[in-house]
Amino acid sequence: MNASSELAPTVALVGNPNCGKTALFNTLTGSRQKVANYPGVTVEKKIGRLATPAGHAVQLVDLPGTYSLRARSPDEEITRDAVLGRLEGEGAPDLIVCVGDAANLRLALRLVLELKHVGRPVMLALNMMDIARRRGIEVDVARLSIELGVPVVSSVAVRRGGTEALLGELDRVLAHLPPPTTADWQPPDAAALRGAQRDADRILRLAVRAPDRRDEGTKRADSILLHPVLGLVILLAILFVMFQAVFAWAKPLMEAISTGFTWLGAAVGELPLPALLKSFLKDGLIAGVGSVIVFLPQIIILFFFILVLEDLGYMARAAFLMDRIMGGAGLHGRAFIPLLSSFACAIPGIMATRVIDDRRDRLTTILVAPLMTCSARIPVYTLIISAFIPDREVWGVLGLQGLVMFGLYAAGIAGALTVSFVVKRLFWRGSIGEPFMLEMPDYKLPQAKSLLFGVWSRALAFLQRAGTTILAMMILIWLLASFPQPPDGATGPAITYSLAAMIGHAIEPLTAPLGFNWQINVALIPGMAAREVAVGALGTIYSIDAGEGAAEKIGQALVGQWSLATALALLAWYVFAPQCASTLAVIRRETGGWQWMAITFGYMLLLAYLAAFATYQIASALGAA
Amino acid sequence: MTNLPTIALGDARVGFRGRILALDMSRAPGTGLPSEELERRLLELGFVEGATVELLHQGLFGADPIAIRVAASTIALRRREAMAIVVTEETSS
Repeated sequence: MNASSELAPTVALVGNPNCGKTALFNTLTGSRQKVANYPGVTVEKKIGRLATPAGHAVQLVDLPGTYSLRARSPDEEITRDAVLGRLEGEGAPDLIVCVGDAANLRLALRLVLELKHVGRPVMLALNMMDIARRRGIEVDVARLSIELGVPVVSSVAVRRGGTEALLGELDRVLAHLPPPTTADWQPPDAAALRGAQRDADRILRLAVRAPDRRDEGTKRADSILLHPVLGLVILLAILFVMFQAVFAWAKPLMEAISTGFTWLGAAVGELPLPALLKSFLKDGLIAGVGSVIVFLPQIIILFFFILVLEDLGYMARAAFLMDRIMGGAGLHGRAFIPLLSSFACAIPGIMATRVIDDRRDRLTTILVAPLMTCSARIPVYTLIISAFIPDREVWGVLGLQGLVMFGLYAAGIAGALTVSFVVKRLFWRGSIGEPFMLEMPDYKLPQAKSLLFGVWSRALAFLQRAGTTILAMMILIWLLASFPQPPDGATGPAITYSLAAMIGHAIEPLTAPLGFNWQINVALIPGMAAREVAVGALGTIYSIDAGEGAAEKIGQALVGQWSLATALALLAWYVFAPQCASTLAVIRRETGGWQWMAITFGYMLLLAYLAAFATYQIASALGAA
Repeated sequence: MTNLPTIALGDARVGFRGRILALDMSRAPGTGLPSEELERRLLELGFVEGATVELLHQGLFGADPIAIRVAASTIALRRREAMAIVVTEETSS
């Protein structure tokens, strides 16, 4: 579109959660939409353009779902401020379209009554009209419009032509936009809410005839899916499949990406360029970006599952089933999925915490998500375990190596639960936390288009992050590992002359109680880029050429250089250490500041130090030194 | 109307059907929210005097949380907060 569309009237979509608002937005704007962030907060700002049948250009804004303008979460604050025109640099919308689920209008009608107080024209779109009709619900649209005092149209977001009535009404309303009146909206108190809901109930009785029975499919599904025992079993089964998919389906893609970047790096290595530039491109840029992009398949698969479950209406059920179990550790029921995602990678896990409304509950979840054993720790664990832990059986059936691996996972989970428990008791003492209250929508089949948009926008968000903050961190780490350059005639590996090596030597007195020598310290620095990079770095330091069987050779070298106590201490360190710049960058972004990133870094470093210290000292005392 | 006894929704069992008589925040102390705020949140989710309720499901541990059918929507909440909702049983049809 052209510059004059800046003057296009703004129409805001407001509605209860689960009213199908986003599907309607996607249908109306198609691909002419973009997702940005509101300044200072991590709430997504979704704007799209559409043209009405009469040719009006309209700027459509999809606002976060809410039951009332009385904001309780950062998302809902955005809705309130956008509707009232309080957002910096943005005026109030020219028209508010309240979207309501035609089969569940009760709470939507109260919202319409509240929206009438903001001083802007309001209309009501009865969404998912097809489903309502099928369930025998009859809506007298004309009567509803008279009683509410606003235009009412029906829409079916998911069917072609289902939005014609809505678009036509947009034209009529926009052609004769009444001048804005003064807003007399005040946060409603209990009496006002009660009065408005009674009014809404009265209108509902006048204009809507609904059979007094629940959606049969939802009723039947919930009798199984919300069964106290069976429901939990099914939830675990779903999670198992999801987990399996994230690891197994993503693997070939990840290997392809990894091979691609290795090939690219090698190709750059062949170019006639100065050695330093070549190293920057190959080891800094390509290896750095590659080590992040490699997680893209996992992120896409994970978000695909999360969005399918969300669109189905199952996510609220999962939170219901897990609420009590998570609550024991001071976590909200909704923290369950983000923490689970963190076993693949903490980055999508932290991004998924957006489903938690309460800020404190969300921060606790973000704080402990990096303690879940992510897939990047596996190469490090595998290297050390296969080199140092004898491959023998315990009690006849269990392999000792597998047992140690399981122990490391368990240590991460126990750490996360303990930290969240302590945070809740220590820092947010006295606050019992957000009550668990949420609507469980009727089950609906997810729409392919909505899923596609959702996965696409998340993948894009991840790539943008990989291209900016994460890339900057990678370059910094490369600089540390590359400068100063080795003197002429140097024999050792280049990294041993670098700033990273100097830091490694300098902090040796600090890490000596952990049994870490300076070589380990050095490997931990590029390991900040991504945990598994430490394996390659150890190879470099101990002068082992990369290639076939490299990991095995590194393992053999380590056995000669390290004591068992050192190896165990390094494992303990890796369970807790904030060894991932990308995760820290995402925490900074998602929490909107450095503070929570610093807190996460600090407490994880402390835990890692204490764990490695205790492990080394105890193991040494037991004669493993 | 018959004079059936009133109970807190937080004390009801699965299968309970009734009608909301009143919201009484003094019956739900220690929810972590000021009583005025708790009342508003319950109202926003449709828990208004006169609305029909049915207890549909409950969790495994401590029979908590609970899923309540209120009018035409289903809301999940914990029994602690549901103590504030005073209901009377209705056995009609």
